[in-house]
Amino acid sequence: MSDSDGKGRLTVLKTYKLYVGGKFPRSESGRVYEVTDAKSRWLANAPRSSRKDARDAVVAARKAFGGWSGATAYNRGQVLYRIAEMLEGRADQFVREVADAEGLSRAKAAAVVEASIDRLVWYAGWTDKIAQVVGGANPVAGPYFNLSSPEPTGVVAVLAPQQSSLLGLVSVVAPVVATGNTAVVVASETRPLPALSLSEVLATSDVPGGVVNVLSGRTAEIAAPLAAHQDVNGIDLTGAGGDAALAKDLEVAAADNLKRVLRPSGQGGPAADDWTQDPGTRRMTAFLETKTVWHPTGALGVSGGSY
Amino acid sequence: MASPNTAPGTGTGSASGHPDNAPGHAGSPFAYAPAPESRSVVDIAPSYGLFVDGEFTEAAGGKVFKTVAPATEEVLSEVAQAGEEDVDRAVRAARKAFEKWSALPGSARAKYLFRIARIIQERSRELAVLETLDNGKPIKETRDFDVPQAAAHFFYHAGWADKLAHAGLGPDPRPLGVAAQVIPWNFPLLMLAWKIAPALATGNTVVLKPAETTPLSALFFADVCRQAGLPKGVVNILTGDGSTGAALVSHPDVDKVAFTGSTEVGKAIARQVAGTRKKVTLELGGKGANIVFDDAPIDQAVEGIVTGIFFNQGQVCCAGSRLLVQESVADELIDALKRRLTTLRLGDPLDKNTDIGAINSAQQLAKIRELTGIGEAEGAERWSPECELPSSGYWFAPTLFTGVAQAHTVAQEEIFGPVLSVLTFRTPDEAVAKANNTPYGLSAGVWTEKGSRILAVADRLRAGVVWANTFNKFDPTSPFGGYKESGYGREGGRHGLEAYLDV
Repeated sequence: MSDSDGKGRLTVLKTYKLYVGGKFPRSESGRVYEVTDAKSRWLANAPRSSRKDARDAVVAARKAFGGWSGATAYNRGQVLYRIAEMLEGRADQFVREVADAEGLSRAKAAAVVEASIDRLVWYAGWTDKIAQVVGGANPVAGPYFNLSSPEPTGVVAVLAPQQSSLLGLVSVVAPVVATGNTAVVVASETRPLPALSLSEVLATSDVPGGVVNVLSGRTAEIAAPLAAHQDVNGIDLTGAGGDAALAKDLEVAAADNLKRVLRPSGQGGPAADDWTQDPGTRRMTAFLETKTVWHPTGALGVSGGSY
Repeated sequence: MASPNTAPGTGTGSASGHPDNAPGHAGSPFAYAPAPESRSVVDIAPSYGLFVDGEFTEAAGGKVFKTVAPATEEVLSEVAQAGEEDVDRAVRAARKAFEKWSALPGSARAKYLFRIARIIQERSRELAVLETLDNGKPIKETRDFDVPQAAAHFFYHAGWADKLAHAGLGPDPRPLGVAAQVIPWNFPLLMLAWKIAPALATGNTVVLKPAETTPLSALFFADVCRQAGLPKGVVNILTGDGSTGAALVSHPDVDKVAFTGSTEVGKAIARQVAGTRKKVTLELGGKGANIVFDDAPIDQAVEGIVTGIFFNQGQVCCAGSRLLVQESVADELIDALKRRLTTLRLGDPLDKNTDIGAINSAQQLAKIRELTGIGEAEGAERWSPECELPSSGYWFAPTLFTGVAQAHTVAQEEIFGPVLSVLTFRTPDEAVAKANNTPYGLSAGVWTEKGSRILAVADRLRAGVVWANTFNKFDPTSPFGGYKESGYGREGGRHGLEAYLDV
């Protein structure tokens, strides 16, 4: 982070904040931690979220769930597309932040940002298709019309990948919210700034407050209360992938209310975390329930003979 | 005969056949003459071993336990109690068999499953009588529901075995390996079919543990496998208690765990498999709400309520154990329901006219008694029809609780017995809020003549299966499973395949 813009003017630094319920609070704990670039140079002080921040975020996500899950799939698609539009417009900022966070050249960071935008567009298109792909009528042996439809699981805690600070982040958050869930996202512990900046994109993209909530801090400290929270319905453990003991502890805690658990890659989860590959549908179906509704079809009696 | 997905025990259709003035209890001029199904069709051996690698063998520890007929407490047979050593042997047999089984062309696996389906159909009368003896449920349920549905599950999944690449689960779905399957006592053969049929169709091999109190139909199924020529080790059956099940799901060489049973045990399994690669599906408890609106056809709703909670003595995870009735029709509905309950015939499960059979075990009966006792103590009003219970065996009269509040134990906890808790509501919003107000999310029912209300309410119910103007319908093509603490994963249909595949 340079102190000046090269023309002698002192730059205005940004205070990075959490994103909870559509607002940008500091951690209620008042704590921050130092975030550095790939060469250990100071970038910013990020909020170090507490258990209370995690609980507040769950409350916000629950409050937003009814409206978001009840929105039309078309509407959710438009909102996701709007995120892509906003990100495109602020691409330069993200190229800089991703380059700093991940130690990438500007060209490589630009490719990451472009892929992130494209991933959002991809999921924007999924919102009104997934129900047809994974749902449908079942040909039951009786006079019933029987339809299976996917529905969002509810509030999902998402431990974002530790390495891929923007593309990985978008790749785990977009499928969760595209399908109508609301999310409490724990940003990469050492590379949280792109996530915190993405919050500003979300806030200006017609995403209702509380649909995505972003927390920064120590992953283990924030993830533990989320995994144990009785009003969280699912948890994506991707960000705990580097710590098998932590992932296991979180899965044990998640069993208390039978959260849907997406295990880290290579540990029962996806084969690998290659965020440049076609994501498939797995990250969407991991947090979808199937509801099957039976209706009697009745009978028209002998008039059926008029076929 | 009812269509195979119709729960027939107390189902719609049977109702119109017996008018209100034909109560089942003795002394009525309209009493039914006994119509028992013959036991001679089934030959139960005095003892059974474990079915491992195609052979029946004794448990390594030599331990056995008895299985009794819940209707009479008669000892039916003695079965082996599998221990850790037996679990290990069975898992190794399944692992060994996996290599060849998974490499078979799907069309060959399909043919084995078609054979099994056909043999179950051929032996359906024998299996129905056996299941009724060991479980205590009425013969008309085993005959018209459990056994035909079990055959249908094998028939349905047989067809998938050579079409998996077309199931929309990715271009190259692969079997997981060895599946550890633990099933409950409420539908012993049918739950076996729900587990084994998709596992084999997708190329896995299985070690299945039937419930402690209902081991016999699984052991007879082992013989079905032999008749079908199924390769050794593809299906292994271990009888035993909870400790056997725990040893099975925790075995390190198991790739998949499928469990149907209590939420408590389901959570223990979820903890146990944490940090492993084992794929898990859990089909657990429920406290299903059956919502009746004021415009519902009352007589049909009454039949649906009866099917919902008295089918299989209410020992059904998706039972409609909470009746939510709109206040304006509550009195009329409850009166009609009580009249209907006086016509239910409780008694000998082998009698073809029996509606309500025996409770499966002394332990389950004690649990139902305890929870209904709490219901009374907490202030709900208890009612049962005049009902003579047999002197031996495990029996519980159909029971209603009215004046139930949401906080009452009988409105929150799964009783797993013929006990219905009645609550009322005024608005659709209130009905939905009350229906969703449990940690469970397995089933729900909606009764109304208004189509748009069905869809709006069904949309907001957090439950895996919703029955509109019907209840307790099942089909192999229809995915089944819960939201929230009713478990995860689906069984049946295209959806159910995913639970057994690496996609």
